Formats: sequence, C-alpha cells, structure tokens
Amino acid sequence: MKIIAAMSGGVDSAVAAARATEAGHDVTGIHLALSRNPKSYRSGARGCCTIEDSNDARRAADVIGIPFYVWDLSDRFHEAVVEDFTSEYAAGRTPNPCMRCNEKIKFEAVLERALALGFDAVATGHYARLRIGTDGLVELHRAVDPGKDQSYVLGVLSQRQLAHSLFPLGDTNKTDVRLEAERRGLSVAAKPDSHDICFISDGDTAGWLRERLGTGSGDIVDAGGQVVGSHKGTFGFTIGQRRGLHIDRRAADGKPRYILDIEPVSGQVTVGSRDDLRVDFISGTQPRWCGQIPTGELDCTVQLRAHGGELRARATVAADSVDIDLLEPASGVASGQAAVLYTDTRVVGSATISRARRGVGV
Amino acid sequence: MSIPSPARLAYLDHAATTPIYPEVVEAMAKQLGRLGNASALHGSGRSARRVVEESRETIAAAVNSRPSEVVFTSGGTESDNLALKGFYWARRKADPARIRILSTAVEHHAVLDPLHWLASEEGAQVELLPVDSDGRLDVDALHAAVERDPSSVALISVMWANNEVGTLQPVDEVVAMAAPYAIPVHSDAVQALGQLRLDFAASGLDAMTVAGHKIGGPFGVGALLLRREAELVPLLHGGGQERDVRSGTIDAPASVGFAVAAELAVKGQPERAPALSALRDELISRVLGVVPDAQLNGPQGEARLPGNVHLSFPGCEGDSLLMLLDAQGVECSTGSACSAGVPQASHVLLAMGREESIARGSLRYSLGHTSSRADVDRVVEVIGPAVERARAAGVSSTAGQRA
Repeated sequence: MKIIAAMSGGVDSAVAAARATEAGHDVTGIHLALSRNPKSYRSGARGCCTIEDSNDARRAADVIGIPFYVWDLSDRFHEAVVEDFTSEYAAGRTPNPCMRCNEKIKFEAVLERALALGFDAVATGHYARLRIGTDGLVELHRAVDPGKDQSYVLGVLSQRQLAHSLFPLGDTNKTDVRLEAERRGLSVAAKPDSHDICFISDGDTAGWLRERLGTGSGDIVDAGGQVVGSHKGTFGFTIGQRRGLHIDRRAADGKPRYILDIEPVSGQVTVGSRDDLRVDFISGTQPRWCGQIPTGELDCTVQLRAHGGELRARATVAADSVDIDLLEPASGVASGQAAVLYTDTRVVGSATISRARRGVGV
Repeated sequence: MSIPSPARLAYLDHAATTPIYPEVVEAMAKQLGRLGNASALHGSGRSARRVVEESRETIAAAVNSRPSEVVFTSGGTESDNLALKGFYWARRKADPARIRILSTAVEHHAVLDPLHWLASEEGAQVELLPVDSDGRLDVDALHAAVERDPSSVALISVMWANNEVGTLQPVDEVVAMAAPYAIPVHSDAVQALGQLRLDFAASGLDAMTVAGHKIGGPFGVGALLLRREAELVPLLHGGGQERDVRSGTIDAPASVGFAVAAELAVKGQPERAPALSALRDELISRVLGVVPDAQLNGPQGEARLPGNVHLSFPGCEGDSLLMLLDAQGVECSTGSACSAGVPQASHVLLAMGREESIARGSLRYSLGHTSSRADVDRVVEVIGPAVERARAAGVSSTAGQRA
C-alpha cells in the first residue's frame, strides 16, 4: 500500500513509520506544521510542532529511507481545534483537543488529502490495534500496553477513517518501542513523551484561556445556593477539583469540598462533598460509531477521560444521542468530555457528554 | 526501502543550486591537499595567497571589476547582510539623518530579513517599493521616494533578477536616480550571474552580491563586489582580511572553485542564454498546452531570466504538486526554500497582486547548464495527472474546512 506516515518528531511515530516501511509499504513521511508561530525548541515534555520537532521527524525519515515533506495545516488546526477549544471553554464545557485533532486534522484533513493524492492510508504512532471483525468491518481495540493505550482519543473515528488507518504500535509496549528506536538508529529514541496541550506551550491552560476569554470572576456557592466564597475566574477549575478554591467558610460537616458544577455565563461555581460528585447517569450527544450502529440497549464499559478507568455501563442508543447508565458511579464528570464505549477491548463509539446526573446515591 | 527510483530524474531547480562543474571539483580537490594560510608570510602562505589572488582576478575578469573589488564571503546571504548593514552603519555614522533604506517588495529573504532587522533594531526606515503585476519595480515610486528627501537615504538595494519569477529589474535606472545624490546602490545578482551578462564597472553599482553554488561552483563561498571607494562597516571583525571588510582566513580551495566556475559560467553564457530561453519558452508553452488554465507569473522574453519558469496552477496546493512530481523524479520548487520546510504563500507573488490561493498553488522550474529537452519532456509527461490529482486533494482539503 501507499502510506502517509504522520511524523511528529517523536519516538512513537518514527517507529510506526519504520515498521510500516519494513512491512513492505511504500511510505512517505509528513510532518504537520500546526502552529502559526512555531517556537525553535521544545522545553521538556510540553508542546510539539517546533522547528526542532520538524527536524527530528526529517532525520527519522532520512534514517528510515523514506521521502519527507512538511504539510502546513496551521490554518485548519487553528480553526478546527484551537478555536473550538476556546469556544467550548467559553460555553462551560471541557473539550479534549487531541480528540478533536484526530477527528478533524489527522484522520480528516490529512487522510482526505492523502487519499486524493493517491495514497491508501495514514499511519500514526498511536497505541491502538485494528482488527477485521467477523462482519468484515475494521474494529478498533485497546493497545496491549495499558499504560499507553490511546484508543480513547481515537474513539471519534468512523469506519471509513479506520479503514484507511494504520497503527503499527498497538501490539507493543512503550519500553520496547524505545529500544526498537535505538536499535534502528533513530535519534529520537530517548526523546521525552509529549504531554499537555500542544498549542499551549508553557502548559498554563488557565492563563491561556484567561488571556482569550477574560477573567470571569464569580461566586462560589454550596449545593443549597448559599454563597461560600468567590473566585477570580473559572478557567483554572475543573469538575471534581478540591484544591485552590480558597473557601473562607468551612462546610458544616468539616469535610473537604469539591467543584460540582461551573456555570459559564454567571461564573457561578457550585461546590459540595465528595459524595455529591458521584454521577450515575450521563447523556451524550454527537455519537460516533466505529462500525455498525448499536441498536437499543448495549452492555458495555465506558471511559470518561484520556487516562481514566473503565466503568461498567448500559447504553441506550438513539439517533443523535446516547444515554449511559453507570453501573459503577463516576466522579467529577464535566460536559464536553468524551464518553468512549467499549465492549471488552473493542471501541464501539463515543459521544460528547452533555449532561451528568449527580448524587442519587448509587 | 521506498526511495523513489524514477526512470529518469529531471532536475529543474537550478535556481536553488546548479550542478558543480567537474573542472571545479578537480581544481578544488587539488587545492585541498595543499598547505598554507593565505595570510601567512612564508612560502606555503605565499602559494596559498597566490591561488586566492589568482582566483580573485579570474572572478574580477568574469564580472568586469577590479580584483580589489572582489570581497570573498561565505555566500549570498552574507554578502547581502554585509552590504546592507555595512552601508547603513557607515552612512548613518557619517550623517545621523541618513536612516532611510529603499528597496523592493520582491527581494530575497537574505535582503528582506536584514532590512527588517535594521528597522526593528537599528532605527532604519525601510521603504519596500511596489512592483507591477510582472514583478518589476515601479521606478516612479522609487523616484518619488528618493526625491522626497534624498539626503536622508542611506542606501538603495534592488535585486538584479528575481529568484522566484525571474523578472529582471531596472538596475540601470535605479543607479541613475541615486547618482545625483551619491546614494550607494546594492544589487543582489545571485540569480543573474551566468544567466545574463554582468558588468560591474559599467553597472554603476556600489556593491553587488554573487554566490558560488548558483553558477556551478562550491557551496559556502560567494563575493560582494564592492566599489573601491565604498566604505562600509564590517560584520566580522578579526584578522583584517579582505580590505578589513571581511575578516576570517580565506578559503583558498573554495576561492579557486568559485573562480573556475565563474570563468566557465561567464564564458558559456552567450551561447547558453539563448538556448535556455528557447527551452524555457518551450516548457511554458507545452505545460500550458497540457494545463490550459495554468498562469505564467512574471514577464515573457527578454525581461525574464533565461532559465526561469514560474507557473500557478489554480486549485492546487503547490506542495501537493511538488510531492507528486518529486515521486515521478521531477525536481522543482514552490518558491524559495524555507528552513522549516513550511510552505507559505510567496511574498513575491503577493506583491505582484496574486491572490493568496493562487500564490500557494505555484511552482518554479529553473533551468541551467545541464538542462535538456528531455527534462522538458519529462515535465510535460507528468504534469497533467499531477495537477489533476493535486486539484482533487486541494478541493478535498477545502471541502472539509467548514465541516
């Protein structure tokens, strides 16, 4: 097959490209220029898309022996990911920009362009496995390395996208990938993993959002609506957060209080006890299914954040929404996050959380 | 391994760099084995110095300058920086009112970026004068800018020929405008040497940039032709080599390589230029035959570098096209190379009034001393399907944009 290998300049995508090449595919490496003002060097584990990353990707392609180009998708990335991130926060939701990037950039803009240019698929360094199911469709499964599994952030991909994807690292542990990179003479073997949000280079998401959305100070109230404090902006807050609230009035029971809810327009933040955080039902919109659309009720597990655990659940699927009864309670669920549904290791699909029902005492 | 192994390689990027002459390789290899610092006073030093001075004389003869007017540098970028910063500092020192620099909107980045730097760090007022739709300097605008206040102009810099679209600039007219006020004029002639007849003495220029690897010489060596009386502040201070304008041990093997290339390039120019022009015009008309809605950027005929073809393909991303052609063994460029490899709409095309989308869908094919009809044939053979495919990709990437 003719393959486009998306190469970030990191160790995973380099090894993925090398494996695709070794498997006999005709591979062309590309690096995505996503930042409008790339920094020269990367500091620590933060960010990506610097000129140094681009050079690292280029050197990896040299070593593998494949052609290499840079594709400038910065305008599209800005529009589809950065602006979406900002407006989601402005609306009081907690978006996952990496998922959005997979959905709109890597497996849409890049994939569509690759297909039009005569390529058959896009290979990335994501840790996930693809398998052909009994129905002949491509199934997305968790990676064998549970610490690195990235099937969650791929849960937005459609059958068409999966059918044109290649994840050569899904069957390997991260430590082995690093060893393999070293063995292959790839200089990125020891490069630190990237974390955090790539377009917020200093890692200060709250500061980044404040700069764009203003401070939005407001009251902190308890579940009964009584004001217990105030804050200088909600952007540092996430549902379930306990520290940094600076509440001057102690709770009656003396127990710590957690953020239950953030009201974006008024800036009102509701706090409550740990028990109040428990969620037993969530409702999701914009469902995306990796294969056949499930009908009726689905016994499954659900994962609610990138490195979160799996919870037993029962999903009821409708045309443009999914209701998910949690058989084990979740804690600190924010709207805007993705709920990814699994049966065993297989990703069934995902939905964007629009509502979470709290504290019914599961 | 999947390095593309095309049946034929058509190299059409001579403006980026052109194949080195075998005679150059031979002369350099010989010199590389020889001992001696050209600044040393003993026998080994003297023989190295002799090689350097003979090279200087050869280069001077090739561009009709005095040997003492050849200042060796590391290449085009350094020569441009030296001329612009050196003249600016020297002229401003002599009269603090001289802070204006007049240039064009279509200069190479080796000129534009030093000018931006002088504006942001050194108080220069840089005026980038407009060009017409062919990329030719608006001489009336330059005239008005000079006449507005000639005493405040530190220098003028106008390239000899544009590196992207091949447009020749009216350097003689620029010199004539500057002469009454003794304003120094610099010209970046990196693309012109070997393609056009250059006569430094007759040009009336105060400084002119040339580079080795664009004419079949080695990388890493160039020269600033600098009029004998010209005064400028050096960028590099040290041992005082090169008239005290450019310190640093002179690279004797590079200088000899540059000299051999200059001699060959200039000697062959009268024959090569018309041949390349014919090949160029054939490439243009045959590509337009295959892709009728492609648009030629820059002028036709005599007003254009003999080896330059620059075409816009509406609906295509230039980098998609480049990649498809590369896979077919056709090597060309989307404009001037960029260190990060990130393609951006060319400032030259934007200055010529092209839409950004058109500017992004452009390719430069540049011909040189090894070009042949087979190269043209190869382009014509592969350009049609490549454009079709790039258009599909272009459309698909815009289609998803608002999804």
